[in-house]
Formats: sequence, C-alpha cells, structure tokens
Amino acid sequence: MNSLILSAATRFLAPLMLAYSLFILLRGHNEPGGGFIGGLVAATAFALYAKAEDTGAVRRAMRIAPELLSMLGLGAAVMAGVWGWWEGDAFLESVWPFLVVEDGKKEGLPVGSALLFDVGVYMVVVGAVTALFLALEDDASRSPDDEDADQSGER
Amino acid sequence: MLLALPIAVPFLTGVVCLALRASPPFQRLASLIGAAASVIVASRIAEAVLAEGPFAEQMGGWPAPFGITLAADMLSAGLLLVTSICGVAVVLFGFSEVEETSELRGHHTLLHVMLGGVSGAFVTGDLFNLYVWFEVLLIASFGLLVVRGGRRQFDGAIRYVALNLTATIGFLTGVGLLYGATGALNMADLHRAVAEIDDPRKLYATGALLLFAFGAKAALFPVFFWLPASYHTPSFTVSAIFAALLTKVGVYAIFRTFTLIYPPDTPYLAEVLMAAGALTMVVGVFGALAEREVRRVLSFSVIASIGFMIVALSIGTEAAIAAGVFYLLQDMFLKVALFAVAWLAVRRGGSEDFRLSGGLWPVAPMLGALFLLPGLALAGVPPFSGFWAKVLLVDAALAAEAWWLAALALGVGLLTLYAMARMFSELFWKPRPAAAPALATERPPVPIPALAATLAMVGIVTYIGVQPAPFIAFAQIAGAQLADPSAYIAAVLGGTP
Amino acid sequence: MELIMAALIGLMAAVSVYLMLAGNMLRFIVGLSLLSNAVNLAIFEAGRLSFAAPPFIAEGEKAPTGDVANALPQALILTAIVIGFGLLAFTLVLVYRLYGAFGTVEIDEIENAEPRG
Repeated sequence: MNSLILSAATRFLAPLMLAYSLFILLRGHNEPGGGFIGGLVAATAFALYAKAEDTGAVRRAMRIAPELLSMLGLGAAVMAGVWGWWEGDAFLESVWPFLVVEDGKKEGLPVGSALLFDVGVYMVVVGAVTALFLALEDDASRSPDDEDADQSGER
Repeated sequence: MLLALPIAVPFLTGVVCLALRASPPFQRLASLIGAAASVIVASRIAEAVLAEGPFAEQMGGWPAPFGITLAADMLSAGLLLVTSICGVAVVLFGFSEVEETSELRGHHTLLHVMLGGVSGAFVTGDLFNLYVWFEVLLIASFGLLVVRGGRRQFDGAIRYVALNLTATIGFLTGVGLLYGATGALNMADLHRAVAEIDDPRKLYATGALLLFAFGAKAALFPVFFWLPASYHTPSFTVSAIFAALLTKVGVYAIFRTFTLIYPPDTPYLAEVLMAAGALTMVVGVFGALAEREVRRVLSFSVIASIGFMIVALSIGTEAAIAAGVFYLLQDMFLKVALFAVAWLAVRRGGSEDFRLSGGLWPVAPMLGALFLLPGLALAGVPPFSGFWAKVLLVDAALAAEAWWLAALALGVGLLTLYAMARMFSELFWKPRPAAAPALATERPPVPIPALAATLAMVGIVTYIGVQPAPFIAFAQIAGAQLADPSAYIAAVLGGTP
Repeated sequence: MELIMAALIGLMAAVSVYLMLAGNMLRFIVGLSLLSNAVNLAIFEAGRLSFAAPPFIAEGEKAPTGDVANALPQALILTAIVIGFGLLAFTLVLVYRLYGAFGTVEIDEIENAEPRG
C-alpha cells in the first residue's frame, strides 16, 4: 500500500504499540495482561508496518526471522520450566531469585522463572503471528491472478 | 522432571533444528540426536514403571487434582518408548526420502514438535491438558502435510484439517460438560467424580462427545474417511509417522478414558465400542481390497488395525485389554515398516498406481522379499509380531465367549493377507503394463539411511514374533493396570492403592 | 439466565453447523470459529454463572476475599481461544493457498479438479 497518511502515522504508532506491548507483558504478572496479549499487540504493530511499507521492511526491522523468534520463545518457555526443576522440586515451579519473604512480607524484585515463561510466550506469539501475516501478505501481493494487486496502489 | 523430559526434549530439538534451518546437514544431525535422546528418556521411564509401578509428577509443584499432573503407567511408558524408537526410524528414513526444500521449510522442526505433542498426550494425567496436546500435535501435523506444497497436498490437508478441527471441538465440548457435571479435570480425580454422577444422561452426553472426538482421531467407523483422503499426499516419511502415531493417540485416549474415567460397566459403552470396532475392521479391510494405489491400500489397513484394538478393549476382560495393548504397540513398528518398504518399492517401480506398476520381481527380488515381510506381519502370519497380536486377541475373545468376534478377527486377518498379497502381486509379480514407463535397467543407488531404518523396523517386528514372551508379559502388566486403575490413581492423588 | 445462555449456545451451534455443511471452505471457517465460540460459552456456563467479583487476589492477601467468580473455566476458555486462534489462522492460510492452487473454495469443484485415482 502506498499511503502517505498511513506511513506517517505508522512511524509514530508502531513504536508506541511496541512499547505498550512490553507494558502489557510486564503488567500481566498480577493484573490483566501477559505474554499472549502483549505479543498480539506487538504483532499488530508489525502488521501495521507491513501495510504501511512492505513486508521486506518488517523483516529488516525485526532483524531476526519471525519463525526463529517464535521457536526461541518456545525454548525460553521450556527453559523456564527446567529452571524451576533445577532450583525447586518440580518442572515449571516458580523460582524467584530476587525475592525474599520475611514474616509474610515480600521484599525484593518479583522477577523470576514466571517472567521468563511469559517472555517466551510473548516471543512465540509475536513470531508466529508475524510470520503468518507476512506469508499471507507476500502471497497477496505476488499472485498474478489477484486483480486487487494491480489496483492496490490507487486505494 | 523425568516425565516432563519426553515433552521438553523434542521441543528443544525442534528449536535447535529451526535455528539451524539454513543448513540441512546440521539439522539432520540435531534431529537424529534429539530423537535418540528421546529413546533414552523413554527407556528410563519404562524402567521406573517396571520397577515401581505407575508414578506421577506434579507440574509447578501444585498438588493434584489442582495442578496439572503428568503420570506414567505401563501403557504410557510403552507408548513413549515405541514412539521414540519410531521417531528415530522416521528421522533416519527421512534422510533418504524428504526433499531438501521441505527440510529448509522446517520438516524436522515440525516433526519434533509433533513428537513432543504425541508424548505429551501419552503422559498427561489431565483431561484438558490432553486436549492441549492434541492441538499441539494437530497443528504440527498440519504443517507436515503441507510442507511439500502442491495441489494434492493442499487437497489432502483440507480434508484432514476440516475433520480433525471438528473432532477437537467435540473433545473440548466433552471436557467442558464433564467439568460442569463433576467439577474435576484430573483424570484420576474424574474416576472418583464420574462414579458419583447420579444422572446417567450426563454420562452418555459427555462420553459420546469424547468417544466421537477420540474415534475421529483414531479413524474409527463411521468417522474414518478423512484418513484415506489425506495420508497418501505427503512424503512417505510423513505418511509413515502419521500412520504409526496419530491414530494411535486416539486409540490411547479411548483406552485411557474408557478404563479410567468411565467405568467399563457404563451402559451401552461395550456395545458401542464393539460395533464401532467390528465395523472399522470390516470397512478397513474391504477398503484395502478395493483401492488401487499403494498408500491408499495401506491407509485402509491402518483403519482395519484400529478396529482390532478397539474390539479388544470392548471385550473388557484383563486379557483382552492386554491383547489390545500388545496389538497397539507392535502395530506402530509395523506401520513404519509398511510405509518404508512401500517407498522402497515405489521408488524402484516408479508409480504408486497399480495400473502403472508391475514387473519388479525379475529386477529386484531382494526388495520383493523385504516388501512381503511387513505385509505378512500385518496379516498375522507367524513368525511376526502380528501373529501373536491376533493370537492374544482371539484367545481373549474365545475366553470371553465372544465367538463371532474371534471369527471376525480371523476372517479379517485372512482378507488382510489377500489384500497384501494383491499389492505384492500388483507391484512385483504382474507383468509390467504397456502404459507404464519402462523400468530403469540400472539399479538406483541404495538409500542407506532409509534401508537401515526399514531393516530395523522389520527386524523388530520379526524379533517380537520370535521372542514374544517379554513383550506379552509387558502388555499383560499394562492390561492389568488398565483393568484396575487403583495404582495409577494412588500415584496421581497420593495415598495407597 | 442459564436457559438463555443454553439457547444462545444452541443457536450458535445450529448456525455454525449450517455454515460448515455449506460446501464452501470460507463458510466452513466462519462456522468453525462460531462453533468454537459456542463451545467456549458452554464451558463458561459449565463453570456456573454468578454475579461475583473477578477472581483477583488483593495486595497483601493470600486468597481472594468475598464472592469471586470461578477462575478455572476462564483459564480453560483462554487456552481454548489461544489454540483456536492459532488453528484458525493456519486454516485461513491453507484455504487461501487452496484458492491459489484451484481457483475456487467450493469443495465440490476441488473434488472435480482432483479426481480420485
């Protein structure tokens, strides 16, 4: 698509959406939010960028293949589980290395294996959704029998 | 942790394979190492179950029935072990057969994610978690079906996808309603909770939904038609692992659900299973007789085998369930072997279509002999594993005075022999039809990895046939644990059986 | 309330079955997503309907106080939605490719284009 308004707006919106997606990811620990929803917002940002520019620009901006990102996320989630087993007793048990509990009061930073798991989910969702979207977008702009492709410049 | 490894190892292997996706040789190496590691993990689990009986692990340290439990009894451990061995064979086989373009598109990653999903389904002790694993293996199998690209593949995939998605929605509905009726999701806890249901209609509604969903996965009559419509379209490697594993996940779920969750004396349950199983056998074998393409014949033979297992479960005695478990486990090796030899023959003969094949015997007699072995094993001819599977089944049927089932099993076995002999004749013995392209006079180079995998599978099937005692003993322990699940329940929920 | 929900679920299921049997893959997808939403509502109802607070634990507490909703069906539905989303996206891509390969999404025409061997 070749729209000045969209590409100008995207330059502001996409970074904003990415930042907000990280906010949602971190907020998800105790409140509504989390890796899945945050990942969807981030994927939306990339989709918007793909619409405003083209899919090549998104691939360059991401720097890492979206499929690989999603599989790395899967690896991170599995490792979060292994971490829980290593430090605690059970696979996927929550580990809080920076958190100390004293007389029922929590002290320190609530950062641990649960966050790593959530980040993994975030990466899986961003990677998978972006990969799907880019594949579809590439297809739509390439197929010659698609009449819309010729007119898309005017819309 | 031991029980989480059969899931974690394949997933990590998949991640590594994707990271190495630009380089097929490294991908293959990682893929093979990961598959071999799964065998080690699975044999450890089998050892542990043999030594101490069923055991369970609570994920995240949340006690059952509140958290998600992974549990292994003899059936789960055996299935994990056979799955991992088949995984190695299929990875090896794929080195010869799968095109490099498919490998670049992520064949190995999808294969390992699917293996992880299958293993997850075998070890989970939670009904909703079982649904999740079904979806994981399903989406990976979708990918494997279309990774080659092409009209035939899309056509096959859409049928597969449509029916399987409908089935999983049925599964989800069943789980949801069962939760509404009992408030439980842990399978061991459901055993108690379902026994307390006072209104039998709740049993029927939830049980029917679950049976529909698992039956569709297992390709049980009357929801089997997606299987022959799709299994012949991907690469032989993918066909082989689908035939070996995917329908068996459905069979496993039926075995688990209708021994552990629903009491075996639930009204109509045995009758429905018996009718569905018997019709599946008949439809499968007649379909195999009617088809005129190698993998379509084999697809119907997959269906016929499923019928045998479900019939074994429907008889319901401990010996019959053990026979079903034995049939299930040996059939997985057998299915890999069947598709493997089929590829070797089709590769030499040039076509899967019976009208364009024949005359292979004079040029490739060794291949012909190899081709015949798994076919004979499937039909239940001694000295192969399929023989003992049928002996156990018929023996259990006779002991339970189900004469007609014994007769049916023998009749279907005979027809299977005919179907396999027909396929052999069409590919090897029949003179080559005029329409068929001429056979290459020179022998193509031997695909060493594929041949090694094929020989290993045929070797296992023959070994089980010659030395059946330890395997039968294994199946009998599994049958006893299924018939009396108190040890499994105690392992999951704590306490003594 | 339960009755209205049940009727709504039934209506959604009926509409989706009609769409799924229409023989057009696009309608099949719409029907499928409608059906999964109907099932999600069914799970929600199976967890009992109530006018309770969201199941959040207040700062400094160890358990939710007062009347809270059943959190488990929500977790189940969330999982089902996530999985359903993934499957739907895949199916959509598949149908799109199918359209590219056959030029149609009518299942009967695909059947004619790719006759059985």
